Amino acid sequence: MTQDQLRDTVLRVLAAVAPEADLAAIDPGTDLRDQLDIDSVDFLNFVVGLHNALGVDVPEADYPQLSSIDACVVYLAAKLG
Amino acid sequence: MTDFLMPSLGADMERGTLVEWRIRAGDAVKRGDVVALVETEKGLIEIEIWMDGTVESLLVSEGATVPVGAVLATIRGSEAAAALPGAAAAPPVVERPPAPPLPPVAGPAPRAPAVLAPSAHPAAGAEPRRRVSPAARKRALDLGVDLAAVTGTGEGGAVTSADVERAAAARREAAPAVPAPADRQAAMRRAIAAAMARSKREIPHYYLGTHVDMTAALAWLAAENQRRPVTERLLYSVLLLRAVALAAREVPEMNGFWGNDVFRAATGVHVGVAISLRQGGLVAPAIHDVDQKPLDQLMREMLDLVQRARTGVLRSSEVSDATITVTNLGEQGVELVWGVIYPPQVALVGFGKVIERPWASAGALGVRPVIAATLAGDHRASDGHRGGRFLAIIDRLLQEPEKL
Repeated sequence: MTQDQLRDTVLRVLAAVAPEADLAAIDPGTDLRDQLDIDSVDFLNFVVGLHNALGVDVPEADYPQLSSIDACVVYLAAKLG
Repeated sequence: MTDFLMPSLGADMERGTLVEWRIRAGDAVKRGDVVALVETEKGLIEIEIWMDGTVESLLVSEGATVPVGAVLATIRGSEAAAALPGAAAAPPVVERPPAPPLPPVAGPAPRAPAVLAPSAHPAAGAEPRRRVSPAARKRALDLGVDLAAVTGTGEGGAVTSADVERAAAARREAAPAVPAPADRQAAMRRAIAAAMARSKREIPHYYLGTHVDMTAALAWLAAENQRRPVTERLLYSVLLLRAVALAAREVPEMNGFWGNDVFRAATGVHVGVAISLRQGGLVAPAIHDVDQKPLDQLMREMLDLVQRARTGVLRSSEVSDATITVTNLGEQGVELVWGVIYPPQVALVGFGKVIERPWASAGALGVRPVIAATLAGDHRASDGHRGGRFLAIIDRLLQEPEKL
């Protein structure tokens, strides 16, 4: 999967969790939770969504590595390696 | 024959707009079926029916706004019980005589966008077969356009993306019956204002607080989550919910309703979960029978409930059945919550942020993760002594997370 495809997947999963958020306006380099007002329930739904879309099981200890869109892409690319 | 009425989904609701019927005359229905989609100040709500039977006739057309208590449909049923959601779990307090049925306010009923994903809700009746391009179907979903109402101009009358765009533009010019998002937010604000003002006017609140050592709960949770796949992972908030529900069972004065100068304990423990909405506002739908369900099931239900509250549609039993409410503001960094009780309930439990604090225990000082648990209690229904016992039980339960 290319970086662009990964990015699209991340955005699609985010859109399902926070459909009212303006995803086009997100700064891909800054903190997702702050930008989208995402709480722990949304975040878990996001991680489960990534699992369903990509088959990647993100351990709790790795959650900090999913802090931004860019960080998600880097992390998932490494995981899918 | 039984009248199926516009239900009261909270003491503050006066009217609702029937957005969509999910049943037709002649359909068989059973208790718990979703029969209609109704727009209220709390957003779009799926209305469940509380009896088994056969739909005799639908008396209100889609798009009509009618007061609470208006007859929506007649059902030929096996039970003569009232078809009001909430009636089964706990008798809602009657605040005023039922409003006389008014002539419905007519209006067009454009489908509300984002909530009518076809996969989620199979259509009640057979839709005429027609050709729709996949792009048009997706566009219709995005724009909230009802494909059945779109005239196709493509090959053989197929519906194209352009047709959908035209239909959406035409709809924008027509007056919407479903409020625009700004109106919906204003309506929700008014509903919150009414409920909270009533609470502060009528309920003599008392407030208690305690600090709970979360060391055992968080350690147990971390170990559990390490061995669980992501789809079965738990959040500590589900432990809090479960502890509150079990404590409410032991101290029944916290779990129920005040009305007509008496407290009525609820038969089940249905915990309302305060959920903030990103676009503003708040809902506190209930998870049913929290004291009876294992943590895994509660977790799944909580994830689903929060996602539906924020993105989709809640069900009538969820918005009307809560017997006690929990609010968890820790994620905002709040340390202490002094809550406002949601009438006619009699207690609200608040949790703050888990914070590492110096903690003296058995003569030694250490650093522990600690959460502040607070209770706003209705002094008409209970006294501080019982409230204190209630908080103490929550504390005790959280020290043995493996038993929750």
